[in-house]
Amino acid sequence: MKCTVCRGPAVIDLRRHNSNFCAEHFTKFCTDQVQRTIDEFDMFRPGDRLLVAVSGGKDSLAMWDLAARLGYEADGLYIGLGIGEYSDTSADHVRRFAEGRGLRLVEVDLATEYGYDIPTGSRAARRAPCSACGLSKRHVFDRVALEGGYDALVTGHNLDDEAAVLFGNVLHWQVEYLGRQSPVLDARDGFPKKVKPLVRLSERETAAYCVITGIDYIVDECPMSKGNSHLGYKDVLNQMEQQSPGAKASFYFGFLRSASERFEAEVDEARSDLAPCERCGAPTTAGVCSFCRLVDRAGGTIPPGGSTTSGDPASPVAITQPVELRTSAS
Amino acid sequence: MAGPMSVAKLMNRLELNRESVLLIRNDTLVPGDAMLEDGDVVEVRPVISGGAS
Repeated sequence: MKCTVCRGPAVIDLRRHNSNFCAEHFTKFCTDQVQRTIDEFDMFRPGDRLLVAVSGGKDSLAMWDLAARLGYEADGLYIGLGIGEYSDTSADHVRRFAEGRGLRLVEVDLATEYGYDIPTGSRAARRAPCSACGLSKRHVFDRVALEGGYDALVTGHNLDDEAAVLFGNVLHWQVEYLGRQSPVLDARDGFPKKVKPLVRLSERETAAYCVITGIDYIVDECPMSKGNSHLGYKDVLNQMEQQSPGAKASFYFGFLRSASERFEAEVDEARSDLAPCERCGAPTTAGVCSFCRLVDRAGGTIPPGGSTTSGDPASPVAITQPVELRTSAS
Repeated sequence: MAGPMSVAKLMNRLELNRESVLLIRNDTLVPGDAMLEDGDVVEVRPVISGGAS
């Protein structure tokens, strides 16, 4: 098998692109795909300050590496979730990555900062672990991005992630969520700008990128995610992809191109009910936001300063007091 | 398993979906048409991850 570009020995075949690549040209393929996505969706520009949410897994570390490789100013944000040895190992991967490249890493530990961890919070709130985890991470992502004055919060969601979410939202006709499937959500209503530059790369491609470029990521899956529906959707989509290469990209990008606008009204309607949480100031449609209720049930505390100064949900900076942040490098 | 055997044939025999795994030999990716010999040690690395957040 030869590289489509240079005719040297290929290390990977991409059936949906009808291409094979050597290590050098696969790396170029990935950087080109990401730059194309950033530009096409006007995600951010040179000089913008980026906050990349990193877990120690392949996607987020690939995202951070690609952002730095493309010349963007990108800090990392790691959240200590308290999931036993898995969290300890993932933190080690992230710290080594940051230190090895001289990148600035911001760390927030849930137990230290809020007095609970994901296993405790999940049990206490009677939420599925992935639900409690996602809720916690979104709150901290938003808070640190706003407090730090970052121009965009960058996540490592890949094509498989987005296609699986779309599949689930269509399966259950979650029309409000369907209106939020864009890989770029502008800053508004007290939320930071959120972008997903990896949506043109499949999960297999981000993993291959890490192997080829020597990124040492945590291979083991989170022990609390077993059996979640999201993984089941991915399995179904990959069975279709095997039969029909390009099926996932066609499904996801076809939706963005032809149908996503039809669900914007539902999103606007949901936004009209947003107001600052009485406890932390984050935007919510309830008096007290889901995150604060989770912390309450888990026996934790919201740190002082988790309230807005202006009370204006559209204010770009809603947090007055900084959380304790640990940083490495600078 | 006894070699020689192509990567594609190994994946078929193990009933692996090529979208869900990478095959790695000596820290290097091996493409579908590569031949595996007796004594080769190949890591089958799953690539599917993530909870629903």
